[in-house]
Amino acid sequence: MKKLIWFTPIMLVFAALWVGTAFAQDPTPSDDDVNRIAKQLFCPVCENTPLDVCPTQACAQWRALIREKLAAGWTEEQIKQYFVDQYGARVLSEPPRTGLNWLVYLVPPVLFVVGVIILVRTFRSPKESKGGDGTDSISTPTDGTPVQPAAGSDDYVARLEEELKKRN
Amino acid sequence: MVAQFGYGVLVISLATALFAVGAAVYGYFKPSQRWVESSRYAMLLSFPLISLSALTLIYLIVNNHFELDFVYSVTSRSMPTYLKVTALWGGQAGSLLFWSWLMSAFASAVMLRKWDRDREFLPWVIVVASVTLAFFIGLVVLYENPFARYWQTFDGNVITAMFQPVGAVPFTPADGRGLNPLLRHPGMIIHPPMLYLGFVSFVIPFAFAIAALVTGRTDDRWIRITRRWTLVAWMFLSLGLVLGGRWAYDVLGWGGYWGWDPVEIAAFMPWLTGTAFVHSVMIQEKRGMFKHWNTLLIILTYSLVIFGTFLTRSGVLSSVHAFAQSAIGPAFFIFIGVTFIASAGLLIYRWNDLKSESELKSVLSREAFFLLNNLFFMSILVVCFWGVIFPLISELFTGQKVTVGPPFYDRATAPLFAGLIFLMGIAPLSAWGHSTWKTLGRALWKPAIAAVVAEVIVIALGLRNPIALTGFFLIFLTLFITLYEFWRAIRARGKATGENIFLSTWRLVGRNRRRYGGYIIHISMVMMAIGILGLELFQTETQGTIAQGESLKLDGYTITYKDLAIFDTPDARNVARAVVEVSKDGKVLTELYPRRDFFYESQQPMTIPGVRSTIEDDLYIILIDWQPILATGATFKVYHNPLVNWLWAGSLLFIFGALVAVWPDKDPEYESARERSRAARQSTAAD
Repeated sequence: MKKLIWFTPIMLVFAALWVGTAFAQDPTPSDDDVNRIAKQLFCPVCENTPLDVCPTQACAQWRALIREKLAAGWTEEQIKQYFVDQYGARVLSEPPRTGLNWLVYLVPPVLFVVGVIILVRTFRSPKESKGGDGTDSISTPTDGTPVQPAAGSDDYVARLEEELKKRN
Repeated sequence: MVAQFGYGVLVISLATALFAVGAAVYGYFKPSQRWVESSRYAMLLSFPLISLSALTLIYLIVNNHFELDFVYSVTSRSMPTYLKVTALWGGQAGSLLFWSWLMSAFASAVMLRKWDRDREFLPWVIVVASVTLAFFIGLVVLYENPFARYWQTFDGNVITAMFQPVGAVPFTPADGRGLNPLLRHPGMIIHPPMLYLGFVSFVIPFAFAIAALVTGRTDDRWIRITRRWTLVAWMFLSLGLVLGGRWAYDVLGWGGYWGWDPVEIAAFMPWLTGTAFVHSVMIQEKRGMFKHWNTLLIILTYSLVIFGTFLTRSGVLSSVHAFAQSAIGPAFFIFIGVTFIASAGLLIYRWNDLKSESELKSVLSREAFFLLNNLFFMSILVVCFWGVIFPLISELFTGQKVTVGPPFYDRATAPLFAGLIFLMGIAPLSAWGHSTWKTLGRALWKPAIAAVVAEVIVIALGLRNPIALTGFFLIFLTLFITLYEFWRAIRARGKATGENIFLSTWRLVGRNRRRYGGYIIHISMVMMAIGILGLELFQTETQGTIAQGESLKLDGYTITYKDLAIFDTPDARNVARAVVEVSKDGKVLTELYPRRDFFYESQQPMTIPGVRSTIEDDLYIILIDWQPILATGATFKVYHNPLVNWLWAGSLLFIFGALVAVWPDKDPEYESARERSRAARQSTAAD
């Protein structure tokens, strides 16, 4: 709440600037120039809304801020950095590649490789996983006896099960 | 009084569900069929009870009982009756009650099936369904009570409580806040019921899986019983996702259908494991393999269903702190943990009973391709799961909030989706047990040549983007293979029976509904992929402020601002409606009316785009801002979305394919009784 109160005068200034610039002609940066950068940023107050499509007043003012910075000759990187400095890393559409954040990029590929290894092991000769070592969650091929459900027990039940299987 | 009645009935239904759990467990261990039967009746009773409670709430909503906090927050006098009814799932408390209602409907329907052959499953199916049901009713009764009403205390504060606090007097607001305008859309009215139907119906196969684990009847009977339930669940969940996408496209005003938002991903994750399961169970049915894996998949799907509801309902997504303050967050967390650990524990306990009956012989066999399919689905799941929870982990350990947004998901999942499309093409060509390159090649070479020809045409038309070229080649290949498979089967049948092409198509599909329903779904997925590829790779946009009579240009289209009107409507909206003319190559194509509705009651705006749809593309225009004096100008954002309608057309074909696959057979119990007597006759004849 405190933060919002702090924003108000700044927003009013931006709003004034925006009214002044949005409808003016060149050389102000175009809406498309602004959106190109806003697209890569996330609204600092709404959840998971990119800045270029966020309909709130606050976001309109942030877009006006981008326009200001562009007009002042700032580069795309400088503007993005400015937003990160002001509002934290959450305004970026991906976590910055530093520290703990590396986990977000590393865990999925690592688990994919683990999956591939499990799969390759399953495809390999069944002898390797014959004992059923418990780690192989995809399959535990057994000694390779042919499918004969309940072969030893009731002949009728076995035949019935076979029949039912064939129906599908 | 009416509210107390609704609440009272709900409390009774909670007691009924808890009794069902107790009676079923007691009946199983005693063992006593009477107790099991009693629990079955309790389960059956839950549906009318919760219906009564839900209908009471609907009655209160429709009749403007704004003294109830829930009614006040989701409805208002100006809302039409049909919208008021759907407001039942427009807020937290109501949607949890709605969830319970659908759950009780499905659980009761299962209770009505013929249990003769599967008597031993019954108590444990009841236990799982009732525990789930009791949990959700419990949330409603204890934490999120839609029947709680307003009271004014002596110091003037208005509080919410079920029963009259000491010294407080009833308080009734004159009008409600009204439903969030974003939810007043046909897509949003059907989307939650579809999604919830998908969610709750996945509880049924899970319940049977647990029953199989507990009772030790670990053959594929549970899979056969629940096959249709699973397909129905999967169909509803898919429809829910597609409708959600359509809703986003129509009302959120960002020109897209999917933003990798955690709420979307929450519903997508059970779909991923569910889809893997739908495929993977076929291996168990045909080959008796991967029983551990299938059980694990359905356990995961159930957990993700609850987790999905948890993510969207607990406030954990906005911040871990919001989660800690939310009453139902920790309850969900514990429930998911306990059910997952208990299920996984059971799976480990029965591990040795779930040995494969055969082994993987060939890398080119159908089961091998299905395993690869499972690997891709699970990898997408890992990306989604990790992307959703990482911001929470980051906040928890470093205090830093981060966003995991579309670039991350797009990059990580695109190759996996491409792999899935490729598998969708070639897997149906392979045989169970064993295939060779030769047999695969024989079925493959003609469609492959057609795909190459199509690819050359696309290149000749000027497409150079390597990602698009790869994507389109896979799409062509899969499409042609699937169509060719259809054609080969129809022709073979026609030759064998002398039927004409229509009759043989009808009979072919009718005799192998699951297979050909599946193929139709594959074709629909390929169509959707065309739309997704078009929008993801070729969407262009421009934004500009133009005065009346001026134009914006985008991809050959000229958009001219003609007029703007601002007016109030009887249902308390302020509408700003622009008139724009769309032309291409000097020819006027159409007029569009992008508008912005401002809802006075909820003080919320809603952007409704003007859209021109063709099979080729959508021109999607949003009114962003305007000046009262037309000459000064209005700001428009224009999106050009190539091929996006293939996505929606694919969804319609999907519904058709899914219906083909799930269409009920003749009574299976009757059929199996016939089979049994036939088998018995044969067996006596053989003796």
